[in-house]
Amino acid sequence: MRVLLAEDLFLLRDGLVRMLEAFDFEVLAAVETGPELTQAFEELEPDVAVVDVRLPPSHTDEGLQCALAARRARPGLPILVLSQHVEQLYARELLADGNGGIGYLLKDRVFDAEQFVDAVRRVAGGGTAMDPQVISQLLSRRAQDKPIGQLTPREKEVMELMAQGRSNAAIAAQLFVTERAVAKHTSNIFAKLDLPVSDDDNRRVLAVLAYLDH
Amino acid sequence: MNATRIRAALLAGVRALGLSVASVAVSCVLFSLTLLSLVLVGIGVGVFTTPVVLGWVRAWADHRRRLAASWSDVRIDVPYRALPADIRSGVTGQVERTSLMLKDPATWRDLQWLFVDLSAGAVTALVPGLTLWYWLYGLVIAAGLWRVFAHSGGEWFLFVRVHSQFTGLLALALGLGILALGLRYNTTLLRAHFRLAKCFLAPTKEASLALRVAKLTETRHDALDTSAAELRRIERDLHDGAQARLVAMGMNLGTIEALIEKDPAKAKKLIGVARASSAEALTELRDLVRGIHPPVLAERGLGDAVRALALRLPIETEVTVDLPGRSEAPVESAAYFAVSEVLTNAVKHSGADRIWVDLHHTGTGRDGMIRVSVTDNGCGGARIGAGSGLSGVERRLGTFDGVLAVSSPAGGPTMVTMEIPCASC
Repeated sequence: MRVLLAEDLFLLRDGLVRMLEAFDFEVLAAVETGPELTQAFEELEPDVAVVDVRLPPSHTDEGLQCALAARRARPGLPILVLSQHVEQLYARELLADGNGGIGYLLKDRVFDAEQFVDAVRRVAGGGTAMDPQVISQLLSRRAQDKPIGQLTPREKEVMELMAQGRSNAAIAAQLFVTERAVAKHTSNIFAKLDLPVSDDDNRRVLAVLAYLDH
Repeated sequence: MNATRIRAALLAGVRALGLSVASVAVSCVLFSLTLLSLVLVGIGVGVFTTPVVLGWVRAWADHRRRLAASWSDVRIDVPYRALPADIRSGVTGQVERTSLMLKDPATWRDLQWLFVDLSAGAVTALVPGLTLWYWLYGLVIAAGLWRVFAHSGGEWFLFVRVHSQFTGLLALALGLGILALGLRYNTTLLRAHFRLAKCFLAPTKEASLALRVAKLTETRHDALDTSAAELRRIERDLHDGAQARLVAMGMNLGTIEALIEKDPAKAKKLIGVARASSAEALTELRDLVRGIHPPVLAERGLGDAVRALALRLPIETEVTVDLPGRSEAPVESAAYFAVSEVLTNAVKHSGADRIWVDLHHTGTGRDGMIRVSVTDNGCGGARIGAGSGLSGVERRLGTFDGVLAVSSPAGGPTMVTMEIPCASC
């Protein structure tokens, strides 16, 4: 799988390249500034890009802007955005086009290499990877909502993991239950939140996220 | 000439007429009372009457300052020195108050103004007032009064000597000409009246500098206090948080190094612990950074930073932003933390279930400012007072010459408005 990487801190860039190569990714380029990233998006055809929000020269949200522009040019282009902090505002912008293949994670998540690589693969496959912090912020804001109040604690847990973009199999593994049980919980959640049922995993995740960020 | 301009001219004329009458009456009375009271200081009684009379004078002058601003857009600042808060009561306090007021140059300029107001001021107000009515006199002359004048050998209507029907009509034409001039220039004339008042009522350069210095000394004090307190808080947070965690991590790594060959299983467990404390250290640093300078503020500016903040609140908050661009970093930061504090206050105390935040830029060039209003539909009763979060906000805004106003009747709603001068956006 071909990855484009944009990160301005040398240590982190180097570490990410090593990690991705250790997990059999081909790193097409590892750039450090916004203009370089824009150019790389035009010239290379990565399967997935891993992009830091804050990049030189402006040290504002150049990485995020480049990512959004690249996705406008190529809808659905898989991009995983990394940041030192997560903001619901940015998550909303990334999710706004309604296409999958998007990720938004805290940089801390690279500590757990396997989970991080799993997130990169998920995004590359058109899925989503939302940071647990984003999801818990969304949930805490909507804690008083009636439909969410009707969910059982287990269903809430399942919904939280689902909103992060995990597949039923991954949720089952994490909660030590069978996939059948997870499927049952998800159909309950969709019924209680009055969301359209879909067989496509990614559509389901996006529907839950859209509901939470309503 | 369109209808609004004519209406403005008519309004200015009516206002000016009222003003000229009030100028003569009130200023004359106050001028005499002040002189009398000053004379009475000589026999002691004046010590008690002077502060009262000067209080009336200042109220009258303040009223005129407000009228100048609302009628003719002439802004006149208030020049009076603040009386010390710890003034004594009784006779000594009264003497002290009188002498402080008499030492204030603004008092003597007020007195000059009273005299000018009842003479030149009244005339400058009378002219625009009369332009609207004088033509009626011309009409009466043209309609037949000229016959009376013709008998008595002629009368002057301004510079026209009326003694026949023709000169009577000439007088009417002249009157209408004056009316036309009045309709065209009344607003300007009224503004001239207030400009004249401004010469006396506005602080002199020296006085405004003195007021400014006093204000700057106070806000500099506040700024130093706040920044020192901030630094202490950051130091304490780093010391007890991230720093302590890094020490623990270093210790763990040392133990791991010693154990890695003897007891790999235990070493592995300790690596997990070390990773967890590095994650906690990061979380703490992130929170600390948010408190020093929120990342969204650095990345996107004030509007989006407030939007991001609103998304974190447990109460539904609607944010509208109309800012032309980025402002200076310190101004943005001050505005952000002010909004943040006001929102925290609203969440904690108001009991509201909806909050509205409006951010916009008004004025141009050097008069530009950011105006922020935070409204909630809660129970009201918020006040700027000792210990309340709002007075802290007011102090911190003061460093930027910003102001804060609260409207919060019991039962709500509460509206907090803040203005921060911001020339560069």
